[in-house]
Amino acid sequence: MKHALQLALPSGRFFITSIPFLWFIVFLLIPFAIVFKISFSETAIAVPPYTSLVSTINDTIQLTLNLGNYLYLLTDSLYAAAYLNSIKIAFFSTLLCLLIGYPMAYAIARTQSPLRNLLLMLVVLPSWTSFLIRVYAWIGILKNNGLLNNFLISLGIIDTPLPLLHTNFAVYLGIVYAYLPFMILPLYANLVKMDWNLLDAASDLGARPWKSFLTITLPLSAAGIISGSMLVFIPVVGEFVIPDLLGGPDTLMIGKILWQEFFNNRDWPVASSVAVVMLLLLMGPILLFNRHQNKQIQN
Amino acid sequence: MKAPSRSLFTLLAFGYAFLYIPIIILVIYSFNESQLVTVWSGFSTKWYQALFSDDQLLTAAWVSLRIAFLTATAAVGLGTVAGLVMTRFGRFRGKTLFSALITAPLVMPEVITGLSLLLLFVAMEDLLGFPHGRGMFTIWVAHVTFTTAYVTIIIVSRLRELDNTIEDAAMDLGATPVKVFFVITLPIIAPALISGWLLAFTLSIDDLVIASFVAGPGSTTLPMVIYSSVRLGVSPKINALATLIIGIITLIAIMTTWFMLRVEKQRKKEMEQALIAAKSQ
Repeated sequence: MKHALQLALPSGRFFITSIPFLWFIVFLLIPFAIVFKISFSETAIAVPPYTSLVSTINDTIQLTLNLGNYLYLLTDSLYAAAYLNSIKIAFFSTLLCLLIGYPMAYAIARTQSPLRNLLLMLVVLPSWTSFLIRVYAWIGILKNNGLLNNFLISLGIIDTPLPLLHTNFAVYLGIVYAYLPFMILPLYANLVKMDWNLLDAASDLGARPWKSFLTITLPLSAAGIISGSMLVFIPVVGEFVIPDLLGGPDTLMIGKILWQEFFNNRDWPVASSVAVVMLLLLMGPILLFNRHQNKQIQN
Repeated sequence: MKAPSRSLFTLLAFGYAFLYIPIIILVIYSFNESQLVTVWSGFSTKWYQALFSDDQLLTAAWVSLRIAFLTATAAVGLGTVAGLVMTRFGRFRGKTLFSALITAPLVMPEVITGLSLLLLFVAMEDLLGFPHGRGMFTIWVAHVTFTTAYVTIIIVSRLRELDNTIEDAAMDLGATPVKVFFVITLPIIAPALISGWLLAFTLSIDDLVIASFVAGPGSTTLPMVIYSSVRLGVSPKINALATLIIGIITLIAIMTTWFMLRVEKQRKKEMEQALIAAKSQ
């Protein structure tokens, strides 16, 4: 009986493994392949609105790869500017999140248990409430007759409202606000495991606090810094909601361009090629994140 | 251990102020009588009444709730299996690809996930005639795909924490793997399943971008309604809706944390009692 079971076991495992495996292959891997395929086709007034790559002319099957969409991305400077600007905005907002999030994660990690749980929950809570609503909250604060301008005018600091909404400033503010918890949580998870005796030892041996921070705490929390930064940087490059609601007409971000190509211009092939280039640009960071995440899981 | 300095706590206080002041302002102004959101003219709950007589909003909320419920349930099932595969099945061919596929949705820009899934559904309909059109079913598939990643991470970290000696012992005593899973593993990871379910639920109910790509006529979700209203400007009705959502989520979060702490305490107590019993024998 046991023998029969052991024989059956590998196939059982195979069956169990194949359920999530197949799901992710069908709904994650194959969709990327289709995006790649459609990025080589042309727009057509049809349902679905693109041409087929494979056609039969005089009984021969022809495969037409149309590089026009990629050429278009190269020649129209709008796209290059949008990619560069997205990466720039993502980079600086990641840096800002790190500068604000690190001291917060550090402080939480150094408090004692009941207070620590409360502080941690207060960080998680906003990230559980609607993303859209948290971005929306800033519109009422930043707009011309909004709370911040009204407040500054009533104090007599300014006479006319400052243009705050629909600027790059508002976009940075919104991104840092919305993504800060994603920076703090992995940093906290890392810092809380830190052996603080190392710091005491360093200070006993005469190291200044800043020096022990730079030579002990910072290198030991590298894993948390990488996880947090990737969790902010990669999604922000493709962010749509924040540049759309808080940004102005000159806030070029590639996620918004993709959305407009798809929904406003109904140009599925160009939207696909925009997505393919974005994925290629993000491939490095995504692989770094994956490898890192797997190492965390392995340990 | 030295206590952290006072300046660090000042910084922490500023950080929390930054995270909470916009939300608090939003809540306060949902009780504003005036149509103008930023000018206070008196206390009123009329925007909440307006909310409950808005049919479009209520319909969308019902759609979102149903999708979120079904998404969370499926994601916990799929995530549990994926978590077991990652932690208890050792090495197998394709494991690198498997774990890459699991972690990718955590960071994948939503516009890419949304576009790629829509193109898949269109291609599937073309080829197989299924799914016919797009609607709640396609949103559900898309949501299960991206929320399962989060659920799996939660379950994996829970399974890692546990040592599997209890499972091994049960297996040595002749329990079948299926029995071991249902009698031992499942009860121990139950708290992770609950928090995974809640996270998947909130992620699903919150999603605007992916749902916008894969939705069809008649499957407008709540974020889609909020978004089109927000684009037209700030309205006190949206503030009222936001306040309700924030209130419900805060309540759920507090209840879960309390429940989790209690379960954890109970488990520790039982472990200690078991140890004492074992020693006294």
